[in-house]
Amino acid sequence: MPSLKDLKTRIDSVKSTRKITQAMQMVAAAKLRRAEEAASAARPYAERFDAVLAGLAAGIGEDGPKLLKGTGSDQTWLLVVMTSERGLCGGFNSSIVRLAKAQAKKLLDDGKTVKILTVGKKGREQLRREYVDHFVGHVDLTEVKRVGYANAQDIASDVLGRFDAGEFDVAMIYFNKFESVISQVPQELQIIPAKIEASEDATVFDYEPGDDEILAELLPRGVATQVFAALLENGASEQGARMSAMDSATRNAGEMIDKLTIQFNRTRQAVITNELIEIISGAEAL
Amino acid sequence: MSGTMQFDLVSPERSLASGQASSILIPGADGDMVAMPDHAPVVTGLRPGIVAAEIDGGMQEFVVTGGFAQITMAGATVLADEALPKAEATSAFLDGHIAAAQESQDGSTGATADEAAKRVADLEALKGIL
Repeated sequence: MPSLKDLKTRIDSVKSTRKITQAMQMVAAAKLRRAEEAASAARPYAERFDAVLAGLAAGIGEDGPKLLKGTGSDQTWLLVVMTSERGLCGGFNSSIVRLAKAQAKKLLDDGKTVKILTVGKKGREQLRREYVDHFVGHVDLTEVKRVGYANAQDIASDVLGRFDAGEFDVAMIYFNKFESVISQVPQELQIIPAKIEASEDATVFDYEPGDDEILAELLPRGVATQVFAALLENGASEQGARMSAMDSATRNAGEMIDKLTIQFNRTRQAVITNELIEIISGAEAL
Repeated sequence: MSGTMQFDLVSPERSLASGQASSILIPGADGDMVAMPDHAPVVTGLRPGIVAAEIDGGMQEFVVTGGFAQITMAGATVLADEALPKAEATSAFLDGHIAAAQESQDGSTGATADEAAKRVADLEALKGIL
């Protein structure tokens, strides 16, 4: 049985752990609010962008640019796995990695070539064991306090550079979509070749300079926009996941403190009883 | 011409302006254009310049560094790569873009270099206006 001193130390240490998880939960809550704001501020652009692209793509025939029509093959796949830079956020990273792994396995079984680009070191660590041979690059966002469009552009230009160099045929991104604090849904999204739903709207636009030039300008931007949206969703999801993880950690610590306190009190009483018995037996012996 | 049209200016990170405008000056890739209600539907690229919209009789000006715009009969949407209200734009903000454009001009040849050179010139001109 642990001594009173041991129990006291245990209780104190769990108490300080609870303080830390509580603080982390509050920090995550504040960051979550900001991340959600950023995600909703970016939505109008993405929506309008899609609308313009849909109108434009509707008028493109069979021989469109490669970014839209693909390379004509689907042999080599690039999986862009976006995870967080920090841990302690519940199943946030594992759920993305699980989805990416399932896809990678399916592709490999089909005899395809798989390349993996990781964003965020947590996912990289989890994928390393099985898929280290498939890694083609890594984007480190550790130093980035607030994800901006420029970060998305960097990732997009990396991906596009590889596409132009003929390194892959199809690109997918993996991220978590933020539904609520308790629910983040891992998503996979094909970004190259672009999947565009042709619009119903039959407005015929004039294009300046020409529709080919505009499309050539728009498609790379579309990749960046999708990556940016994914980064923002991921950011909000990460904070949401961390918030609920820290909430349950705080609750668990509380339960543990209660349990330890009861044990502490029982032990103390046992010690007192023991002492009394010793005194009484001592007195009787006289 | 009477009436107004819906005007939206959005950048990837935020929405900068939204309202009923009677006219909008857009720095198109092939030259400036002014959109007014019932304009023919156009999608145009943007060069670095100033988007000026007349909203409720007041002029609102924004610096954009590129992007594109969609004009329909009922409204105009400017999707800027980066945009700032003119009052907030500084020459330091443009210097970064000029340096980047200059770099891509130096690092390329042929048509790409020409495009980059045009971008540098456009940005320099914009800096002159500020």
